[in-house]
Amino acid sequence: MNWKEEWKSLALILVVFGACYYLPVEWLRDSRRVDNALWEALHLVNWYAREHVLLCLVPAFFIAGAVGVFVSQAAVMRYLGPRANKFLAYGVASVSGSVLAVCSCTILPLFAGIYRMGAGLGPASAFLYSGPAINILAIVLTTAVLGPELGTARAVGAVVFSIVIGLAMHFIFRREELAKVEAAAAMPEPEVARPLWQNALYFASMVGILVFANWGRPSGGYPLFQVIYANKWAITILFALALALILVNWFGVTAWKMLLAAAPVVLLAMVFPEQPTLAFVAGVIGLVVLTQRGSKDENGELQEWFDTSWDFAKKILPLLLYGVLISGALLGRPGHEGLIPSQWIAGIVGGNSFAANFFSSLVGAFMYFATLTEVPILQGLIGAGMGKGPALALLLAGPALSLPNMLVIRSVMGTKKTVVFVGLVVIMATITGMLYGALFA
Amino acid sequence: MKKIQILGTGCAKCNDLAENARKAAANLGIEVEFEKITNLNDIVKFGVMTTPGLVIDGKVVSQGKLLKPEQIMAFLQK
Repeated sequence: MNWKEEWKSLALILVVFGACYYLPVEWLRDSRRVDNALWEALHLVNWYAREHVLLCLVPAFFIAGAVGVFVSQAAVMRYLGPRANKFLAYGVASVSGSVLAVCSCTILPLFAGIYRMGAGLGPASAFLYSGPAINILAIVLTTAVLGPELGTARAVGAVVFSIVIGLAMHFIFRREELAKVEAAAAMPEPEVARPLWQNALYFASMVGILVFANWGRPSGGYPLFQVIYANKWAITILFALALALILVNWFGVTAWKMLLAAAPVVLLAMVFPEQPTLAFVAGVIGLVVLTQRGSKDENGELQEWFDTSWDFAKKILPLLLYGVLISGALLGRPGHEGLIPSQWIAGIVGGNSFAANFFSSLVGAFMYFATLTEVPILQGLIGAGMGKGPALALLLAGPALSLPNMLVIRSVMGTKKTVVFVGLVVIMATITGMLYGALFA
Repeated sequence: MKKIQILGTGCAKCNDLAENARKAAANLGIEVEFEKITNLNDIVKFGVMTTPGLVIDGKVVSQGKLLKPEQIMAFLQK
């Protein structure tokens, strides 16, 4: 028996045995906590399915797919190459995550590339930090579920602190000479299919649909928001019309096919004006048919667009479902407890103390959040009494880092730099959380 | 004999690309040697930053794209 190998199994068995031995079955049954946890999980899944999938996630998948196909990574990487302007490199690195990265499997190779072949340690660290936090799906879902305040704080905080962390990394390790990889980054030449402004309008029309279809009933007195809310579907229709025109004129969709796809949408909107979701779903189906089976445009761009969006949907939806179920079971909805008593949460990460902020950034840094699951988990934590500051701290430290991801980073830049990077992230997230908690208490 | 290397950290797309490359080689009936490169430092040495990458006989022919078998066949026939 090799105890150096076997101790892990032994430890696991002892822990599970201990848990079973001391399991408070009677107490659990009497407190009805397990029942509640089941209902809470179902309630939360139900709420997500009704509020966030059709109008919010579906358009976001199409946008993320479009980002993957129509935004040229090569064009962005030009600003992060070895001869790039250093100031520009930090700026580009801190925001490019929003258009480049949707999951960590794209972030890590880009990070390694920027570090070894491109602009170096500083911009690479900035990119690594901001990438996961500001990708388009993450911002959309954070804003929709947790509110525009925390969504904005997350995006702005990630961009600002990525620059600070990048500069700090560069400064701390400024004396080290890196053996740059000789192979200059052989990025393929960007293929220009249409001018930048056309692509920009195309993205703007989709973002417009996403934003206005989800425009919430304003609580405050801003009259402008009230007007927008009253007319949100009219505005959404205008953006949808713009998207249709763009697809016909610049993306080679034949006009009669577009009319055919639009007909059911118009019909449903006329017949069921109180049920705008019906027309919206018809529009999505029309778009799917157009892009997937659609015209034989020269290089199959539209089909690629659909394929990429579909890939995201397939990858992310199951993760989100599990995330929502587990979060509902453990934490419940606001005002309803799940398995974990709210007092515990409020005791550890309630308020805005240093300890609360530090604890949540440290846990966030080591824990692994599958893409987007940080949102339902955080929603549960906030409902159970987590403070606003610690919530932001978790959002800033969480998705950027995890234990598995640290091991990969370590293999790229070594133990010392990884430790410093993780330390900086935890400290920054703690400070930002405290500031945010103090400002928006 | 041609040598095909797939660069990727193990995401789904990289596995799909490897599968498509296998199909392409089988369709053409040529013998190929396969290698998967998963270490990021080794991937970067090819000058590739967007995975999955496809390398044929030491030359990067594509990166950041999931090629279809027919597209890979075109590269193999060159």
